[in-house]
Amino acid sequence: MTNLLLNVAHLGIQFGGLKAVQNVDIQLYDGELIGLIGPNGAGKTTTFNMLTGVYAPTEGTITFQGKTLNGLDPYKVTQSGISRTFQNIRLFKELTVLENVEVANHSLATHGIFASILRLPSFFTGEKKMEQQSLAFLKIFGLDVYKDELAKNLPYGMQRRLEIARALAANPKLLLLDEPAAGMNPQETHELMELIAFIRKEFNLTILLIEHDMSLVMGICERIYVLDHGQLIANGTPEEIRQNPKVIEAYLGEEVVD
Amino acid sequence: MEWLQQLVNGISIGSIYALIALGYTMVYGIIKLINFAHGDVFMIGAFIGFWAISRWDIGFLPALLLAMVICAVLGVIIERVAYKRLRNSTRIAALITAIGVSLLIENLMIFFRGAQSAVYPATIENKAINVFGAQISSLSLLILGVSIFLMLLLQFIVHKTKIGKAMRAVSHDAEAAKLMGINVDNTISATFAIGSALAGAAGVIFGLYYTRIDPLMGIVPGIKAFIAAVLGGIGSIPGAMVGGMLLGVVETFVSAMGFSSWRDAAAFLILIIILIFKPSGLFGKNTREKV
Amino acid sequence: MKKSKAFWAYVAIAIIVYAVVQFSMSSGMIGSYYSNMLIIMCVNVMLAVSLHLIIGITGQFSIGHAGFMAVGAYMSAIVTMKFDLPFIVAIVAAGCVALLAGLLIGIPTLRLRGDYLAIATLGFAEIIRIVILNVDYVGGAAGMTVSRQTTWTYAFFAMLITIIVIANYTKSRHGRACIAIREDEIAADAMGINTTYYKVVAFAIGAFFAGVAGAIFSHQLFFIQPTSFGFLKSFDILIYVVLGGLGSLSGSVLAAVLLTIVSTYLAEFPETRMIIYSLVLILVMLYRPTGLLGTKEITDFFKFGKKGGKNV
Repeated sequence: MTNLLLNVAHLGIQFGGLKAVQNVDIQLYDGELIGLIGPNGAGKTTTFNMLTGVYAPTEGTITFQGKTLNGLDPYKVTQSGISRTFQNIRLFKELTVLENVEVANHSLATHGIFASILRLPSFFTGEKKMEQQSLAFLKIFGLDVYKDELAKNLPYGMQRRLEIARALAANPKLLLLDEPAAGMNPQETHELMELIAFIRKEFNLTILLIEHDMSLVMGICERIYVLDHGQLIANGTPEEIRQNPKVIEAYLGEEVVD
Repeated sequence: MEWLQQLVNGISIGSIYALIALGYTMVYGIIKLINFAHGDVFMIGAFIGFWAISRWDIGFLPALLLAMVICAVLGVIIERVAYKRLRNSTRIAALITAIGVSLLIENLMIFFRGAQSAVYPATIENKAINVFGAQISSLSLLILGVSIFLMLLLQFIVHKTKIGKAMRAVSHDAEAAKLMGINVDNTISATFAIGSALAGAAGVIFGLYYTRIDPLMGIVPGIKAFIAAVLGGIGSIPGAMVGGMLLGVVETFVSAMGFSSWRDAAAFLILIIILIFKPSGLFGKNTREKV
Repeated sequence: MKKSKAFWAYVAIAIIVYAVVQFSMSSGMIGSYYSNMLIIMCVNVMLAVSLHLIIGITGQFSIGHAGFMAVGAYMSAIVTMKFDLPFIVAIVAAGCVALLAGLLIGIPTLRLRGDYLAIATLGFAEIIRIVILNVDYVGGAAGMTVSRQTTWTYAFFAMLITIIVIANYTKSRHGRACIAIREDEIAADAMGINTTYYKVVAFAIGAFFAGVAGAIFSHQLFFIQPTSFGFLKSFDILIYVVLGGLGSLSGSVLAAVLLTIVSTYLAEFPETRMIIYSLVLILVMLYRPTGLLGTKEITDFFKFGKKGGKNV
């Protein structure tokens, strides 16, 4: 077995008196592609929000590469190597496609505020480096032709791709994708999945993805965690999950597992 | 018994803040807008009362009622003309429009009647009443009485009537209320009408108490009332009442201790402390942004 | 390198404008009435551009900008009138102290959002005004006499530097981080941007130049008093930024220039001026909430021909 990258132990959060998520244990190893599934309102996005520092968990610990992440601000979590996409697309709408990626590339260059104001040489080399790197990411996603368009003018499927490109530009070890294929047609979904497999190899990533589309998760994930009512009810290979009676029960009437 | 006297004075001025704060808090609760023009509705109320008493020679209570009615109408006009179109625009656009409406009312008033101040006629005799050795002015007690009556009336409207129920429903979830057959537009107008009527009443009472009124008189009490609303927890009706009274008392004591020129700074300091440490106020609920 | 050519072209145009006006002033073609207007115009442009960085670029709704201007105006007056130091020292001191005030106010308040931040900044600006009102050293409510040391040269170059600094800042990774915060704070945070840091930086730079504008202003006016820096002044500055278009630097410059001209001509009729201002403000918000230019810059309109035809 390879290295343990992320260890989530007894994670839980309470909003007011309501326990939205409790007792979640997740282990991710280097290079894995793991799915997180569950019915609507099971607490998948809440779990993501805890992993990325948006919500501070009220119980449990998150350990990433041996470092505890509990209570860190989201930008620090990102800087330590976890980046994400959002279920409801959150692009910087009035920035261009290229600039969206450059924002995530922020820490790549080191020119300071004074260097930027005075236009010192370090400004030009730094900005050039950011632009080239960002263009390289856009190229992978086939977005380089749109680099000067405003993000809000991209068609929906392209916006989803741009979100992933942007998350990748933040230079993560672990990438969290929140329903990356939501709203896409089967053709687009298929292409996206190939793309995800490709970037995993290319950038040596570990990926945790939330997905609603069962066939898709079953198709590409090596292991799957299942959440229901804020608790983990199963964990295993797609084959094991498919046959797990608890999972079938949780999904009964919602979606037929085939 | 100096302090008792100051306490009563503080509660009286505080009850004026509370009356204005109610309008802020109700409007904010229902459409999430800081209605900057609210202080100017208060000013208009003061002038209606002034004209009613000094020119048309009617008594205090009819003047109060008249000011409330005209301010209610004014509030609805402002809402229909300026704010209604902004329901779906950004918060910044709405706030700037409100600032614009406020400036417009103030300057129209100056344009038509001049910036000079007017002296309120003394329709009600002001006697000092001895309570436990403290000299308390009868006017303070009258102000307090009228304010408390109006607040009780408001509580009754909000909790026991159909329109009150509609107001609570719309402020909770406007979309759902609409689906339940509530006329959201009319409910919002009613909220403006009630809030503005209370501000109008506050204007008349203010004139009576401080005797001097002018077209820019609404700015400072308006902002103070907003602070009171934030202090109590914006969106909360009991919060606005308590916040107003509390602010009035604090201000009066700051003045009484010889720092009257710092009185306004004290109010702003309270505002900032509340915003930083407990932005939901004394009675407010926490909200979080959905991710 | 095309971009830097354009930059030098703009600087050249600016110098020409400066020289023409300077020549007209010294030869007496522009009288004191208009030269006063032009200097106030520079002050207003600086205020507008510095607030543009806070509201238009970073999206932090501050409505207490006159507070920083007051700090700068009084600080510079103290330096020149009480310590007899040169004006240029006063200008730098004004900016630095205003910057400190910006940090002091920004660090606690900038975690507030939207309306709450607006009200908190308004409150702080009022506290600054009340503090000045209560300090006898600077004359309290009676005000303070200041010698006129502002010249067209000071005003123009202070304005030019303000515009260049803020334009350069905006077009860098730091500026992009600020725009990202405006567009979506949660996403910016998730992309590794320290949002608090960038909000405070924008606030501090904005405060610095508002302070410098205050210094230029006070040394043009002979006399300053706390009432000149109340929230009506803050609203004035806000109006420039909003009318020009939130997010457009040239828009706020344009609005500041136009509105300075309008208010100079209407100086005799302040109510009429304010009625026109407020009506324009309301109508723009109702019918064109993005302002005159939206987030576009004037220069974007010239590039149109080259870029067009690439629809997605």
